[in-house]
Amino acid sequence: MQFIRTFFSLYKEGFANLRLGKTLWKIVLLKLLIMLVVFKFFFFNTTLHSHFLDDTARSNYVLDNLIKETP
Amino acid sequence: MNELASVDWSRAQFALTAIYHFLFVPLTLGLSFIIAIMETLYIKTGDAHWKKITQFWMSLFAINFAIGVATGLIMEFEFGTNWANYSWFVGDIFGAPLAIEGILAFFMESTFFAVMFFGWNKVSPKFHLLSTWLVAIGSNLSAFWILIANGWMQYPVGMHFNPSTARNEMSNFFDVALSPVAVSKFLHTVASGYVIGALFVVGISAWFLLKNKELLFAKRSMVVGATFGLLTSLFLALSGDESAYQVTQHQPAKLAAMEGLYKGESRAGLIAFGILNPNKKIGDNEPEFLGDIEIPYMLSLLGHRHVDAFVAGLEDLVYGNPTHNITPASERIANGKIALQALSDFRKAKKMSDEVKMKENEAILQTHMKDFGYGYFEKPEQIIPPIAISFYSFHIMVSFGMWFIALFALVLFFILKRDIKNYPLVLYAALWSIPLGYIAAEAGWIVAEVGRQPWAIQDLMPTHIAATHLGGGNVAFSFTLFAILFTVLLIAEIKIMLRQIAKGFEGAH
Repeated sequence: MQFIRTFFSLYKEGFANLRLGKTLWKIVLLKLLIMLVVFKFFFFNTTLHSHFLDDTARSNYVLDNLIKETP
Repeated sequence: MNELASVDWSRAQFALTAIYHFLFVPLTLGLSFIIAIMETLYIKTGDAHWKKITQFWMSLFAINFAIGVATGLIMEFEFGTNWANYSWFVGDIFGAPLAIEGILAFFMESTFFAVMFFGWNKVSPKFHLLSTWLVAIGSNLSAFWILIANGWMQYPVGMHFNPSTARNEMSNFFDVALSPVAVSKFLHTVASGYVIGALFVVGISAWFLLKNKELLFAKRSMVVGATFGLLTSLFLALSGDESAYQVTQHQPAKLAAMEGLYKGESRAGLIAFGILNPNKKIGDNEPEFLGDIEIPYMLSLLGHRHVDAFVAGLEDLVYGNPTHNITPASERIANGKIALQALSDFRKAKKMSDEVKMKENEAILQTHMKDFGYGYFEKPEQIIPPIAISFYSFHIMVSFGMWFIALFALVLFFILKRDIKNYPLVLYAALWSIPLGYIAAEAGWIVAEVGRQPWAIQDLMPTHIAATHLGGGNVAFSFTLFAILFTVLLIAEIKIMLRQIAKGFEGAH
């Protein structure tokens, strides 16, 4: 129990006393927002997992690509 | 044709992301160990100056870490959208190491990072020290898993291709994880991070000495940085030697491009300095270089551990060399086409549930699988990597690597035997060598990745086959956005770091 309390206060006081860390956390959060919202939603919104329902369809798509590209 | 045009943008985007990502990674790898050593000195001696020194470098470590964290995430997005054929084809071989890396990084970072930064007065000094070491070890272990995945692309082993699913399935985890290419790649890459960490510490300490500020702190930091730097830069050279040996054994076209070697030779010399002849074409009689300085026998020694050994040139690899048992690329292209035809016939047989034909074609496919990727080429010359980029990047990397050994030795001599403060030339050299470390590391990655072309996976999958264009967005547009975002991040890092450095050792809590 004491261990959990110490650990909790470590995080609590650590975040409460941030100085340089405050700026760094703002940068981290802004960066994650841009990456996970803007980039993921607008530019990397489609993968084989989102595009096809099951692994058979995914395999077929890749096999089609592997075979059709033969010169 | 649209897909073909997007391949170049996808490649450019991946290169941009990887290059920016690797501006942040090496400092994390190297500085984490230097901080751990400094804190160990604090615990051993009880001298409070060492604590301040540790905290100062830790604050710079935090800035680099915060700005760099998750920049690698974009590469994972790119794999899914721009490189879906590749991602599917590599199967769990790529997925398993990256998943281990993700889990490991998350647990290590969320627990021991917190203790390292928040725990100075909360946990015992020894537990704090343990956390600092674990952060260093954890960061380096993360790199290990990623470099295993990269090593497999350079030298695919420990797997079996399943023609029903179009995926490679891992048959032996240890063959993948402990492949000599993956291990040498890991050692060479982390060693480059250690050298960058040392250059950073020595260079910034030099700046303090030039400004006549924080003399005790700067000198102590410099001793740790230069000692660590000298040892790791020597190790970097050794691991580079092993890397070159592995490249010769498994990617001979890359080695030939790195050395501008068109015609193979026994007792081959290593080019110490050279200017490539831009008019040289494979198969003609033009000289390879406009001018060069060669170290005799060295390439044979480096590539085969024997001065008399034959080192294959690009012409041997493209047109074959029966004397040295080198198969011409045309034969490998023919084998690759047989493999591709067998894959196609296997599919047809599967649709018709013809078990006999399926087995027959799978056997043909597996027999020719080692040349599978060659089936996508028409001309043997298509297997040649970009020569000029590989050659110059390799020579920049090696030259800077040699300079770093000399620099660390010089700094150690002047700080231990003389008053280094009176030798501003040495201090300026240390300061201005910081960017050289980054240039050398990026040049090394360019050698590894551009030298591997035209392959995404050596001999199995050419880059243009690996690429897809599944996303709705325009790759060229997202490339520009990435360039802007990463440049802003880099400027932010430099600005915050400079501000923190200016505060000095006393203000770094």
